[in-house]
Amino acid sequence: MPMYSDKVMDHFMNPRNVGEIKDADGVGEEGNPVCGDMMTFYIKVKDNRLEDVKFQTFGCGAAIAVSSMVSEMAKGKTLEEALKITPSVVAEELGGLPKNKYHCSNLGAQALRRAIKDYATKKGLKLEGLEGEEHEEAEEN
Amino acid sequence: MSTKRKVYLDYVATTPVLPEVLEAMLPYFGDVFGNPQSLHFWGERAREGVEEARGQVAALVNGVAEEIIFTSSGTEANNLAVKGIAQGQVAKGKHIVVSAIEHFSVLHAARTLEKSGFEVTVVPVDNYGLVDPDEVAKNIRKDTVLVSIMHANSEVGTIQPIAEIAKVVKEAGALFHTDAVASVGNIPVDVRQLGVDALSLAANQFYGPKGAAALWLRKGVRLIPLMDGGVQEGGRRPGTENVPAIVGMGKAAELALKEMSQRAEKQRRLRDRLIAGILSAVEHVILTGHPERRLPHHASFCVQFIEGEAMLMLLNNEGIAVSSGSACTSRALKASHVLIAMGIPHEVAQGSLLFSTGLDTTDQDIDYVIEKLPPIVTRLRQISPLYARFLKERGG
Repeated sequence: MPMYSDKVMDHFMNPRNVGEIKDADGVGEEGNPVCGDMMTFYIKVKDNRLEDVKFQTFGCGAAIAVSSMVSEMAKGKTLEEALKITPSVVAEELGGLPKNKYHCSNLGAQALRRAIKDYATKKGLKLEGLEGEEHEEAEEN
Repeated sequence: MSTKRKVYLDYVATTPVLPEVLEAMLPYFGDVFGNPQSLHFWGERAREGVEEARGQVAALVNGVAEEIIFTSSGTEANNLAVKGIAQGQVAKGKHIVVSAIEHFSVLHAARTLEKSGFEVTVVPVDNYGLVDPDEVAKNIRKDTVLVSIMHANSEVGTIQPIAEIAKVVKEAGALFHTDAVASVGNIPVDVRQLGVDALSLAANQFYGPKGAAALWLRKGVRLIPLMDGGVQEGGRRPGTENVPAIVGMGKAAELALKEMSQRAEKQRRLRDRLIAGILSAVEHVILTGHPERRLPHHASFCVQFIEGEAMLMLLNNEGIAVSSGSACTSRALKASHVLIAMGIPHEVAQGSLLFSTGLDTTDQDIDYVIEKLPPIVTRLRQISPLYARFLKERGG
């Protein structure tokens, strides 16, 4: 087995917040099944706070643990606070990830970010930490 | 976890060493420690051990002792065959043919030859992982010096029609090597019947030790050694012999030959039970490789909508040891080139799961796997966005 920390194993064996929110306020998807990992995040927002966060993940043990950890970290946070969750913060919180898993499996934070952005776009909100991304996105496409 | 059943179903990764094999090896770590090249008593006894093993290994593939070159691994045997034979033929030409599903020790050896001016043609396989002999014939040119196509594939178990391929290669005037690491010791392999010029085999695939393997090379085929050194192995593989491992390989070969049909029969029965059990207990599972033309101890699948490493970890948690060709289980994070070459989509290949049975496998082990796998698949599918999407599309 890969050298996973106890925390990664715990989140992989007992993932938190698994599932779909049917009437989600925002949905974000990251990765693709071709490269091995794909994550979908669903958020429910109330008073600018993440009232509920759920995820679905196709991928390895690390990918599942990352998603679970991100969902746990994000729940209850304000949108601005949640946008400060980055892949490196997640990896640190998990007690580290194997080097070769760092890139492709550590997409949870981006998937959450996409879900928040989805919500902000629908509501026409400008959020600190998201500025300029519409522009980047436009260039990508 | 410690009280749980432990089920090893990864015999293609390596087999354990049989007690009789270990027993045969032990004196060579002790009293019989001599260097086989030494002329004195100690050397002579070590040399006798190596030469007896050479005969035993040759017998396993119906070759003669002088045609066996001992190496340290199947990888080394493949490198020696591909590079050594090709480089020995440069006066004739610089083109070689391999299949898309070769082990990296063949594929990458061919790539290395490209750097010294060789051209490499990679022939495709069909959905079962079979090479078409006509496809090989079509790709042989006047300057083709070597064709290397594996006997059996360790990832999908498919056994190639080697005798037919060897025939077209011979007719076209090229030399033919087959990587038979996965097959030798598990199914009958006869170099004369197959009509090959070179064949690789490894002891740790048939209950011999790691660190002992061989290249069988038909008498008269020119070979450039990979290393420079002394006269060991007729100068074709210099370096002091790994005497205990070679002796162990010989003993393992002797036992494999003697017990071949009874071993294979047992494996086939267990394998068929495992395949039938998994296919009926789990939905959306594909058997990879050929349903009949496959190794007797080999059962490989792709479980759709989920990923192999996650399955491996949960199976490991239940005491079950298997392997996978998913991207996440490889250090390079690439899905198995074998599955992709067989036309399996990337996301399906991610669900690769590979079981291989062995001499210690029991019916209870198979029952245990058939009991433990379905809830693991269900659990991971409940997390999977691909499965959710599939259910939605099916429902709508």
